[in-house]
Amino acid sequence: MTENLTLLAIILGILHSGIRLATPYLYAAIGETFAQRSGVLNLGVEGIMLMGAFFGFYATFQTGNPWIGLVAAALTGSLMGLLMAVVSITFQAEQGISGIGLYMFGLGISSLLFKTMLGTVEGVQGFRELQFCITSSFCLADIPVLGDVFFNHSLLTYGAFALVPIATYVLNKTTWGLKVRSVGQNPEAADSLGVSVTGVRYTSVILGAMLAGIAGASLSISLLNIFQENMTNGIGFIAVALVYFGSWTPLGVMAGALLFSSINALQLWVQVLDLPIPSDVAVMLPYLLTIVALAIPFRRSLQPAALTKPFSRGEN
Amino acid sequence: MQKSKLNRQFFDRLIDALMPVFAVLAAFAVGAVILLLQGVNPLEAYQAMIVGAFGSKNGLADTLVKATPLLLVGLGIAIAFRGGVINIGAEGQIIMGSLLTTWVGLQLGEQVPGVIVITIGLLAGTLMGGVWGAIPGYLKAQLGVNEILSTIMLNQIAIQIGYYLLRGPMMDPAEVAAGTNIPHSARLIKDIDMPRFTDIAQSLGFTQSAKDLNIQGFLGELYGVLVEPTRLHSGFLFAIVMAVLVYIFLWRTTVGYRIRAVGLNRHASRYAGMNVKRTMVLSMTLSGAFAGLAGAVEILGLHHRMFEPTAVSAGYGFSGIVAALFGKLHPLGIIPSSILFGGLLVGGDKMQRAMQVPQVLITAILGLVVLFVVSTDYLVRKRQSRRVDTSKGKDEKDEDVEGTAVPTTKPEVSA
Repeated sequence: MTENLTLLAIILGILHSGIRLATPYLYAAIGETFAQRSGVLNLGVEGIMLMGAFFGFYATFQTGNPWIGLVAAALTGSLMGLLMAVVSITFQAEQGISGIGLYMFGLGISSLLFKTMLGTVEGVQGFRELQFCITSSFCLADIPVLGDVFFNHSLLTYGAFALVPIATYVLNKTTWGLKVRSVGQNPEAADSLGVSVTGVRYTSVILGAMLAGIAGASLSISLLNIFQENMTNGIGFIAVALVYFGSWTPLGVMAGALLFSSINALQLWVQVLDLPIPSDVAVMLPYLLTIVALAIPFRRSLQPAALTKPFSRGEN
Repeated sequence: MQKSKLNRQFFDRLIDALMPVFAVLAAFAVGAVILLLQGVNPLEAYQAMIVGAFGSKNGLADTLVKATPLLLVGLGIAIAFRGGVINIGAEGQIIMGSLLTTWVGLQLGEQVPGVIVITIGLLAGTLMGGVWGAIPGYLKAQLGVNEILSTIMLNQIAIQIGYYLLRGPMMDPAEVAAGTNIPHSARLIKDIDMPRFTDIAQSLGFTQSAKDLNIQGFLGELYGVLVEPTRLHSGFLFAIVMAVLVYIFLWRTTVGYRIRAVGLNRHASRYAGMNVKRTMVLSMTLSGAFAGLAGAVEILGLHHRMFEPTAVSAGYGFSGIVAALFGKLHPLGIIPSSILFGGLLVGGDKMQRAMQVPQVLITAILGLVVLFVVSTDYLVRKRQSRRVDTSKGKDEKDEDVEGTAVPTTKPEVSA
């Protein structure tokens, strides 16, 4: 009986951490969905997240207000996105390489500023977990079994999940979304109909980068409430892969993000419970899974046709 | 008239060729602004960097020590890019290569003569790196898996394999006995250290130091690098030989020609009867093999044991991309390029000590170099196409000069 109870507790713990840890993946990968749908592979998400994480943290640290931190992270992300857009869209650079440049730049600058402006790992009071208290004595978080799983997260986590239907709507039901899809699928046709390919791609990349900045901040001022060098630790790269994994749809991206964060949570529990699986092997699992998922053939037909292909009018 | 036209043509070409230099200067200019914002005099900081990297025999030796993996990795990156595939996975390939080399060294150590162990060790590292490169190559060719993403994932997997082995079967028995459990292997026996420059010089009969011979100034330091005890090992010479071999391979052999042809135009190559898929797998395999070789050389020439995987790969997988791009993806161009960026890495360390500027500034500058180099490619292409336009297809058109036919980083890549 007690064994069953602990098993249930573990499963609920994994569910709770899974939802919680999905936050940065969701922001970054849904942002990247916009960029890739417009035809730009922004491989620099990791670097943008690090910059967002630092500035989000630093602004919160200085002002004590996580909202100011959130705005700072979004602005930083947008500026990094502008840089990526200039290099990849205007200068038509090979996107796989320019993304690595952006990553190195973000990694270097965020580490440099951390060392000179903070010096040591500090903590802040970021976004608190909401308890959804209806009356002073009753909170939704106190509901037995599932209350903690669903009703004990920070605002940024709920925001990340809210982004899924919003992004789906924007991409599929708005004029701008149609333009994004068209410049990613057939930029020549879009151009001939008077859509500014460059303009739409710029806004998509910058919007995506803004969300990547927020993804970084979700780590530094919500989930962990600290900043460390290279704290994103590959989440940004996984986010790029998640877009492929989710077949370029926000819903698919969410499924992938939850799968990944659950495996991450599971792996934490493997360490906690001292199960006979080497933790290194458990850490490896999500990356292996990504490669396997990328190899599933039907996904390729869903890929935006002009992804990674720069557009220039009247050439070729 | 004819002469001025020729002059202009020469001048145009010169500007095109110097574009990467402008890009690096621009990156340093941005770096200077960052330094100013930190309240540091950029001129002093850069001076500390240059003097630290090139001003003394130990600085020069460290520069060449770091240039060695940069050159080897850069050669691999260049082969992949020339073949139209992108290899972001050199970090993982270095780690896998260095792991197998260490294992071979630990196993064969005392039973076999040193020269043979070194040879087998280098081959083992190359082979393992090649396997780690072949996986994304095969996945791309057969299943259409984007190689950028798969190589990034394989980097992470290699790091975890490294930790698993170093915490388990490969851990230094002394660490296990002491209970400290630091994840590194035992030191390989001294017999299988790749000879250092000073060892070679000694065996050739150069035993006097610069002081003995009264050689002063920079020449003395240069003499010191070659003869006196420093960390510089024969891996550097080995890497230079490899660069020449890769040049011959890419421009003087049929297989090399095929790789470049597929990189330039996949469809035309297929139409010409080339096996495009097999060539792509080959490019990635060779690319990984060179990164694996870099890992092997780092173990046998410098570290003599395996430790934290990311500390062994030390970002060379990424900075090697910078070296390759700056060397215009030309094997011989990557030689000076890797020395320059090796110096930058060493100089950054010296600058940190002298000026209290964190070394990570170098990472940021390297990132900017990448961004600016790939951006200037566009300007070069624009300028070239404008020249072709104005000459209206007459003989003035830029003909392909051998070896510089693809100066851009623009392989035909589909995601």
